[in-house]
Amino acid sequence: MASGLHESSFTNPVVRWIDQRMPVFTMMQKEYGTFPTPRNFNYFWNFGALAMINLMIMIATGIFLAMNYTAHTSLAFDSVERIMRDVNYGWLIRYVHMNGASMFFIVVLVHVWRGMYYGSYKAPRELLWILGVVIFLLMMATAFMGYVLPWGQMSFWGATVITNLFSAIPLVGDSIVTLLWGGFSVDNPTLNRFFSLHYLLPFVIAGVVFLHVAALHITGSNNPLGIEPKGPQDTLPFHPYYTIKDSVGIVVYLIVFAFLVFFTPNYLGHPDNYIPANPLSTPAHIVPEWYFLPFYAILRAVPNKLGGVLMMFGSIAILFVLPWLDRSPVRSMRFRPIARWLFLLWTVNFFVLMYCGGMPAEEPYVTVSRFATAYYFGYFLVILPLLAKIERPLPLPESIARPVLRGGGPLPGAATAQPMEKA
Amino acid sequence: MADTLAPSSSPAMGGSHGGGSPGDDPHAAEGTKRDFLKLVAGSFAAVGVGAVVWPFIASMNPAKDVLALASTDVQLDHIAEGQAVTVMWRGKPVFVRHRTGAEIQEAEGVPLSDLRDPQTDDARVHRRPWLVVVGVCTHLGCVPLGQKSTDPRGEFGGWFCPCHGSHYDTSGRIRRGPAPLNLAVPDYEFTSDTQIRIG
Repeated sequence: MASGLHESSFTNPVVRWIDQRMPVFTMMQKEYGTFPTPRNFNYFWNFGALAMINLMIMIATGIFLAMNYTAHTSLAFDSVERIMRDVNYGWLIRYVHMNGASMFFIVVLVHVWRGMYYGSYKAPRELLWILGVVIFLLMMATAFMGYVLPWGQMSFWGATVITNLFSAIPLVGDSIVTLLWGGFSVDNPTLNRFFSLHYLLPFVIAGVVFLHVAALHITGSNNPLGIEPKGPQDTLPFHPYYTIKDSVGIVVYLIVFAFLVFFTPNYLGHPDNYIPANPLSTPAHIVPEWYFLPFYAILRAVPNKLGGVLMMFGSIAILFVLPWLDRSPVRSMRFRPIARWLFLLWTVNFFVLMYCGGMPAEEPYVTVSRFATAYYFGYFLVILPLLAKIERPLPLPESIARPVLRGGGPLPGAATAQPMEKA
Repeated sequence: MADTLAPSSSPAMGGSHGGGSPGDDPHAAEGTKRDFLKLVAGSFAAVGVGAVVWPFIASMNPAKDVLALASTDVQLDHIAEGQAVTVMWRGKPVFVRHRTGAEIQEAEGVPLSDLRDPQTDDARVHRRPWLVVVGVCTHLGCVPLGQKSTDPRGEFGGWFCPCHGSHYDTSGRIRRGPAPLNLAVPDYEFTSDTQIRIG
């Protein structure tokens, strides 16, 4: 072999020729073919792959929508209606994009929940977790700006309210808001830059996803038991075991997605957004998209402008330091008898916030939001640090293979699967 | 994690698509169940991909509002003899020329053997003296000059394309220059004696 060429194990001459010069096939084989993956994944481990698929769906539909969208205050609304009525399959592409945003948040929220329940954020996966929170923040920014583009009433007033959040910053707040708007109100310059950024950010997300996966492939995946694989008997090659398991999840995900798109395409949206933006009249009851509701509830729970804004951003920012707030060495909640229930309560609490966020800012929702906000932060700032000291975890299994095989032999399944693979 | 089984299996899995290769299989000759499953799954996937790609490609075709603008009415009564007007049809210029008797005679008098894209004048007009052609040079799409009486009309009195020097005659036929074909005659009909509908 000539010097400088990568030693390729592929036999197909074309694949081999490329692989020797640019070992992408070897890399894919290593990272997605033989990649040793814990053998005990449950279906919660589908959601990372689903999120990746969802991102690709959003980018594909978004590119085709952009071909027909006009980013101008006097044309945007009509151009979206034209997509719905005149462009071939425009209704389908837009409904997929619209509901794709909701699906994306469902998938990612489950993915985050999985990470929290099974302790995937703990050492050595802290950076992996942090990159995930960065993706979540970028997603929220992208979704918000995308919602502004149709230039309906909710678009306009959502943009007004959210950009005004920054006016809470002391001293420079108003200048920042003027900068964001490119004027003295949400107007054409705002719409133009939101379109530009809405097109850009998904590719930034794709870049951070790449880093997220790169970090994952250094530490390896966590698993429902939260213990590290101790040897080959604890892992399976990613392909075909998890490619097929992910495929099952993708089919179920697509069924739900298709149901939304074809049967209830506007269920998760708000009818007011089919009224063209009117800067002179605010709708009586404005709510953000459902995936922002918990954070919106936190904003409204605080009777102080700056305080509310800080708490709302803090509710996401606190996830960055979660690996250091939860010092318990036990990852999986399965073995944390107290934390498990308090985390499930936190989950219920999250839905309480979501419900309150969608209700008008009046009693009893305000009081309920306040208690729920207190528990949201209390779980991170008080309960987790405290439990790390006082909770007595259940005994951890010796290895992944042992509980999976219910005390079976030391080297079955995975080891015998390999020769069969060759046959 | 480096000591797991998986990496050692990579040579076996590389190259093949993760499944068994037929050569090692005793049932290979008549095809295995797995071959069948792969074929069916692969075909199904191909149909699925096609069904997903279709709407995306179709969305790039002209939309309904574009198709709705695909015909144009032109009033002829105010076009004097010797005058030409340019109208917009499907985003392109269409030349409507009220030719003089001399121009018609000239167009009819040309032997077909002189033409690069042989067509009689008769075949290119519906009713004399009206000539209706798409004003797009058949070379690379520029708009030829010759609609105004002050424009250069080339050596054959029709149109002259300034981009690469194609000369068209009074029937819009290519006579000299790089263009391969005559100026196209759009589909049109007389809706009355003084009005045509193009498209």
